[in-house]
Amino acid sequence: MAIDAATVRRVAHLARIKTPEDRLEPLAAELNGILAWIEQLNEVDVAGVEPMTSNVHQPLHLRDDVVTDGGKRDDVLSNAPRAADGFFVVPKVVE
Amino acid sequence: MSDLTKLTLKAALDGLKARDFSSEEITRAFVANIDAANPRLNAYVVQTTDKALEMARASDARLAKGEGGPLEGAPLGIKDLFCTDGVQTTAGSNMLRGFVPPYESTVTSNLWADGAVMLGKLNMDEFAMGSSNETSAFGPVVNPWKSSASNADLTPGGSSGGSASAVAGDLCLAATASDTGGSIRQPAAFTGTVGMKPTYGRASRFGMVAFASSLDQAGPIAKTVEDAAILLRSMCSFDPKDSTSLDVEAPDWTQSLGKGAKGLRIGIPKEYVVDGMPAEQMDLWEKGKAWLRDAGAEIVDISLPHTRYALPAYYIIAPAEASSNLARYDGMRFGHRADKASSLTDLYETSRAEGFGKEVQRRLTIGAYVLSAGFYDAYYVRALKVRRRIAMDFDAVWDKVDAILTPSTPSAAFAIGDKQVDPLQMYLNDIFTVTANLAGLPGISVPAGLDKGGLPLGLQVIGKALDEATVFQVADVLEQSAGFTARPEKWW
Repeated sequence: MAIDAATVRRVAHLARIKTPEDRLEPLAAELNGILAWIEQLNEVDVAGVEPMTSNVHQPLHLRDDVVTDGGKRDDVLSNAPRAADGFFVVPKVVE
Repeated sequence: MSDLTKLTLKAALDGLKARDFSSEEITRAFVANIDAANPRLNAYVVQTTDKALEMARASDARLAKGEGGPLEGAPLGIKDLFCTDGVQTTAGSNMLRGFVPPYESTVTSNLWADGAVMLGKLNMDEFAMGSSNETSAFGPVVNPWKSSASNADLTPGGSSGGSASAVAGDLCLAATASDTGGSIRQPAAFTGTVGMKPTYGRASRFGMVAFASSLDQAGPIAKTVEDAAILLRSMCSFDPKDSTSLDVEAPDWTQSLGKGAKGLRIGIPKEYVVDGMPAEQMDLWEKGKAWLRDAGAEIVDISLPHTRYALPAYYIIAPAEASSNLARYDGMRFGHRADKASSLTDLYETSRAEGFGKEVQRRLTIGAYVLSAGFYDAYYVRALKVRRRIAMDFDAVWDKVDAILTPSTPSAAFAIGDKQVDPLQMYLNDIFTVTANLAGLPGISVPAGLDKGGLPLGLQVIGKALDEATVFQVADVLEQSAGFTARPEKWW
């Protein structure tokens, strides 16, 4: 499956990474190189094999349904690019 | 007093306890080393000297009263992937430049509770994506080792290159590191240090900047197997804040040392050979077998047939998880935000294009592609099935062997800039280490010999899940038999 510049543009948008037009072709070439190498996975017989998403074979721990943390507004805001009056300040989003 | 910074962690802890020297003295010695070396080695991105001295004095007060934890007074370096309360944590990325966590990672909390002293934060590949430290926004770390064949600066490997370089260069007693595909073991092999990745779930991931959550695991880089055993125990704990944390005790792994290898069956997988592997690396593997045989082990030839598919499967799974994990960097609540944008989407896209480096962008793009509609089953789900095949390969040999011996890396350290052209060449660094991440198994790299240029080479021991004890036992035999005492000649 060859990737062209249009596919890179679409995928870069999915990844929310602005990619200049002159980078699309080089990126397509790089990704094609990597994906061609990945294609060897098609040699593996995976019939009847369950996908493996985790190495952990224990049930999830449950805890009491109580508040364990909170009241840290200023901590939460301390790394905001902009904040004012206890709120995050973001650009206008309703256009 | 001889040079305190050359001590092992174990010897330093003994010296501190016996009050042969104070924590403040050894801390000041390391600070002086860092001040002198860092302009050349670039191992530390943040030095926390004032905090270190304050912690050291508090340790000295406890030691004076005959109190103190298992790491009391020991100056350590912390990979910049671990969130440290009030100290900048960037994971090597411009996206997080200036980010100061208001909380502490569980791993580092455990170290401070055990009395350790923080010297600073160690450089790393951006978001741990790299094998040479060249993707760091703070510039590459330089390996203290040089080849006799050339004066070129070498990479210490990655992503925990700062940790490895700092330990090898006597810029800390030991360091924390993390390993997603080999990021502890490959840098350890490149710098003549010991690097241990425990079983997935042993160490909490809470407060570690996430790369690929089903693979990421913290562990130590240290000067000796014993030091790694000491530090790993302090790092590990059950943590309700990490849903994948295992509810198991971390035993005293130093009890596994000095026991020889009598009765152990050591597997030699025939698939752990790659084209172009240097003769010295093959010879070293043979020596490793002979050492273990001499120590009483039985050497068993085994096959792990899906080994060659581990790396391509990893380069689907890790980018896919990264593309999901790194979606949080949107420039809104923390991290870099672009100054100008024409719309909300443009603001996201511009902030991320400015904040992420080239390799991170490449992997996020791959991740978005393999998860996108129409390709999800063909790439992502297939890779997860191959991952299970790889885990099943290991399951199938554990009734025949107790541990597995392999080379750590296909080569010794390479020069900075050597593998910049083709990303695939860089990815191949992890070919022997990535299987343990996919299967969640413990693995250690032990320095065991030198190549013809005088650069260190490592041997890797892989064990059963939660059987770090046998891994340390075998690693100790290798360390004792190899008698690896070479040190980098100081040029910095």
